[in-house]
Parts: sequence; structure tokens; C-alpha cells
Amino acid sequence: MSKLSYPLLDVSNLTMDFGGLRALNGVDLSVKSGEIVALIGPNRAGKTTFFNCITGIYTPTHGDIYISARGDKRRRINGMKPNLVTRHGMARTFQNIRLFPTMTVLENVIVGRHCRTHSGILGAVMRNSRTRREEQESVDRSYELLEKVGLQMFADELAKNLPYGAQRRLEIARSMATDPFILLLDEPAAGMNPQETAELGELVLRIREQEKIAVLLIEHDMKVVMRLSDRIYVVEYGQGIAAGTPEEVSKNPAVIKAYLGEEHDA
Amino acid sequence: MFGIKKSLLVSIWFMFLTFPLMVIRVDTIEKTVQWRWMNMVYVGVGAFLFSYVWRFLLERKAAGSAVDAPAATVKERFTQRILTDPKMYRPVIAIVLVGAVIFPLIMDTYQVNIMVTALIYVVLGLGLNIVVGLAGLLDLGYVAFYAVGAYAYALLNYHFGLGFWTVLPIGAGLGALFGIMLGFPVLRLRGDYLAIVTLGFGEIIRLVLENWNEFSFGPSGISNIPRPGFFGMAFDMHSATQYLYYLMVAMVLFTIFVVNRLQHSRIGRAWMALREDEIACQAMGIDRTKTKLTAFALGATWAGAVGVIFAAKTTFINPASFTFMESAIILSIVVLGGMGSIVGVMLAAFILVLLPEYLRAFSEYRMLIFGASMVLMMVFRPQGLISNIRKKDAYKRSSDA
Repeated sequence: MSKLSYPLLDVSNLTMDFGGLRALNGVDLSVKSGEIVALIGPNRAGKTTFFNCITGIYTPTHGDIYISARGDKRRRINGMKPNLVTRHGMARTFQNIRLFPTMTVLENVIVGRHCRTHSGILGAVMRNSRTRREEQESVDRSYELLEKVGLQMFADELAKNLPYGAQRRLEIARSMATDPFILLLDEPAAGMNPQETAELGELVLRIREQEKIAVLLIEHDMKVVMRLSDRIYVVEYGQGIAAGTPEEVSKNPAVIKAYLGEEHDA
Repeated sequence: MFGIKKSLLVSIWFMFLTFPLMVIRVDTIEKTVQWRWMNMVYVGVGAFLFSYVWRFLLERKAAGSAVDAPAATVKERFTQRILTDPKMYRPVIAIVLVGAVIFPLIMDTYQVNIMVTALIYVVLGLGLNIVVGLAGLLDLGYVAFYAVGAYAYALLNYHFGLGFWTVLPIGAGLGALFGIMLGFPVLRLRGDYLAIVTLGFGEIIRLVLENWNEFSFGPSGISNIPRPGFFGMAFDMHSATQYLYYLMVAMVLFTIFVVNRLQHSRIGRAWMALREDEIACQAMGIDRTKTKLTAFALGATWAGAVGVIFAAKTTFINPASFTFMESAIILSIVVLGGMGSIVGVMLAAFILVLLPEYLRAFSEYRMLIFGASMVLMMVFRPQGLISNIRKKDAYKRSSDA
């Protein structure tokens, strides 16, 4: 408990070049345990690029990304393969939903258990007691997660047949199946109606309270961002322009000029 | 009405296209030009009818998916029930098994021989099904692994006198090894590019076998390969074929068992996830490299093992048995049967191997019929004869059980 505010994710001076285009320019960000942090900015500001860099899809040009699970030592994950990043405890969802469409909802979640299970070819063929026990644990854990996101009644449906909002929640359940200590959500509320958005907010809060998972989210819906986040980072044109609590950020003149001033019409 | 007009246009267009070929005929001896106008009429009428039927079927298909959706699902449910309900499929399996056991006892050697070939293709189809159907990696050079297995037996027997049962696991292992060898360079490739490279790989193996005379005896092949032994017993021709048949039946059962278990395992799910979405698959902590290589290796294992059996069956092999045509047939089996569906692949293997065998009279048109049926399948039933059904009760919670 003494390490309650230990930084789980610590990104400093992150820079990403695509040829001559600098998509990210020296962005700093950190997420401490138990926090919900939002990353906001206008379209094309580099938010998703930031996610792709820290989850290993891109190798950043400069900068350092460190993660450290509770009580674990700090680990630099620059250029690490995406599957290893997930294995080390950082899971993500995608802006444009990326489920496994022709697998069932339950199977989608069980796939998430892959990096926490070990049975190999021989185990699969022999189906010995160890494999069976592992399979059963995966299935039970997956059902449990489906219940948490309220999808248990769809367990045997194909993922592609789910309504949009349910697909988003399934993606969250699937990434939680990898037992992360930090969850990255890329625009989880995009395309949702107000009620679905409210439910999603509840879900994110529950994830933090019950599962003790920290959350870093990209979101355009300001109501969601202001309600959920403990801290907000703002990026524009690949630069970090502000950071702080929701109140601080919403009063920051640079942010108002860059972002809220243009977008805020409520 | 619109359909008739369109079909008329099509028939006119076809009459125009085939005019020089079908109508004009230059008699070089008499130095005259014959005008065969009747041919034009045939082409016109044929094209019109074909085009009209085609349009009608397409329309019916479109209407079927929109209006008759409930009827279609009922039919789908019926096949599903046969495949998933133990009360329905157990008697079917029992009948098939009994039939398989007594088949060689009541049929002559020729029939049994054909059936062995069909069973070989069943195993090849199921093996390729791992790569193409489950892992979604389009492999056009699958026959290479088949060749590896066959030549492994032929050469090891020729040089070292190794027997069938010794080489069977060696052939399977070599198949897996070559699968990994192919897998490494194509790790980053997908879709069309992967298909081209695997096609090249298949051709490389065949060309090496054809040209490296010192190693593989070139196009003349290797003959006098011994048939499989059974505790040193000597067989006559008929009982040797029977023995091989039972061996193949056992092999098919073993393959079904293994593939079925793999499909519903951690690795099988990783393969399917890879097929569905590579990036999401990696984000779930699945090692892409390892998953692809195991798919290639496990797929090739079957081809290697069955290659050994093939060499023992024909007692003679040469590179001509391992052309791209074979890969195409095996791939067609997987596509026709339904990607990822074990029952479908078996059914397709029987259809594609047995039909040409019994329709020898039409052998000239074999490829034509083959191509046409593939096109028809893709248009009217792209999911294959029997689509892969996700078992609803495959995963149960412990509290329910």
C-alpha cells in the first residue's frame, strides 16, 4: 500500500517519425496505480500513434517507455513486440473495433487468456488433466468477465452479430482477460448513444475499483473525459500542450485555444 | 423482361465473339471459305439460355437471402443438428464406420485402390485445412511436403533399407521441418503475396527433384519401393491393397482426432484469431511467429506422413506426381468442403477424387468441369459445402457441468 502512487506507465520524450513527418514530438505521460488518465486532443493530434508506440505496433524514434507492474521492476518496452507488451501486463482496445468476427463471444474472451496459459500441441492432443484444468479455468474466468461487462447471455453468439455497443464492451472484456495492470482504451465511447456511454463510464469506474486496473483512455466525448479522469493530458500536432486535473486543463488557455475553444459548443 | 433483354445482348455478343472461330472455315485444299451459319445459331441459343439461367439463379439467391431467410436457417439448422446432436450423428458415424470396415471385403481391388487414393486426399485436405482453414494462410505449395514424405521413404529405403514403419514418423518429421523452413521466409507475408511465395516453394521442391539426378534420379523416378510390411508377412496384390486401405482408414481417424482436438485448444484458437485479425491477435498476447510456424509445421506433418504412404502404395514415384495441379486439387478440397470444417473437407475429398475416377468417359472435360464447379461454388456457396459450425457447447462453465 505504500506504493499506491507508483507509476505503472512512464513515458518520456516520446517521438515518432514517419519518414519526414513527425507524428509525435517529445510527449511525456505517466499513469500511476489506481488512476484513470485521459489523453485528449483534436483529430490527427497523434493520440492513436501514441497508443501504437507504447503497445509495440510502432517502434518509437526517440524516447523511453517504462512499465512496472505492482512491485515489479521497471521495464523498458521500446520496440518490444505487441504480444510481449500484453504479456507484461499492458492491454489495449482499438479505435475501429478489432474483434475476431467469426468466433463466438466466449471464444473471443478465451483468446485473451492465451498469454496466461501454457498448454502446447501435445497437451492439446492428449488433453491431459493439466490442460483440462487450464482450459476450465480459462472458460470460467471468461464467463466471469462476460458477466462483468454484461454480455453473458451472448456467450455463444458470433462476435460479428453483436450490436455495436456490445462489441465495444466485448473488446474491453477480451483485453481484461489478459490480466493487465493497465488498460488502454482507444475511444471506447465512439459511436455510442448517451445511455450506452453512461454505462460504459460505469464499467470503466468498476474496472478501476474492483479489478484494480489503471486506465489510460483516448476519448472525444468531453462529458466522459471530465467525469472519469483523474488527470488529463492534451496533445496537439504531436506535442503535449497541457497536463493536469480536469479543472486545471479546462481552464488552461492553450487548451481552450487549441481544442475546447473550437470543439466546445455545449 | 429486363433479364431477357440482357440475355439477348449477351447471346449477340457471344455470337460476335465466336464468329471467326465457329462460323468461318477456310478449306485450304479446295481453297474455298465455308460459312457455317448453324453454329452461330447454336452459340446464340446456348449463350442465351445459359445467361438466362445464370441470371435467374443469381436473382433467386439474392431473393433467398432476403425473403426466405427463415427457410434457409431451418435448413442450416437441420445440417447443424446432424453435426452437433449426438443422437443424430452417432448412428451416422456408426454406419460410416461399419461401411468403411466391410468395404474392402465386398469390393474388388480396383475399387479399394481408388478408395485408398480418396483417403489419402482426405488426410491431405485435413492437413491443409489447418494452414488454410484454421490459420488463414493461403498455401499453394502444399504438395511439396507430400513430395518430401514420399521421397523420404523412397530414398531412405533405397540407400539404407529402412522400412515403412520406421520412415513413417521420419517422413512426418521431415514434413514438419520443411513446413518450418517455408514458414520462416513468409512470416511477414499475407494473402496474395503469401500464395505466390508458397507456390514458388512448391515448384522449387519439384524442380529440384526433377533436375538433381544424383539425388533423386530425376524424372525417371524411383521404382520398386516396398509396400508396408506387417510383421514380415507376405501379401498378394489384393490383400496388400486391403491392408493399405485399413492403414489409411486408421490414419484418417487419427487425423480427425488430432485436428479436432487442436481446433478446440489454446493453439487452435490462436490460429483462428490469427486468421481473423492479425493485429488484434498480437494485442491479445499471441506470438505471431510461433503461431504461424506451428500452423505450417503441423499442416505439413500430415502431408509428409501421407507422402510415405503414397510412395508405399504406388511403389513408384517421380516428380510428375507432385505438380502444382495436386496442390490446386488439395486446396480445392478445402475450399469446396468449407474452410475449417472437418466433415466438409472429407466430403469434398471424396467428391473431387471419386467423381473423376468414375467419370472416366468425360476425362477430357475434367478440368473444365472442375473449374466451372469451383466458380459456381464461389458464387452460390462461398462458405463451402458444409460450413464450419462453432460448437455451442464446446466450452462449459464448471458450475454448469
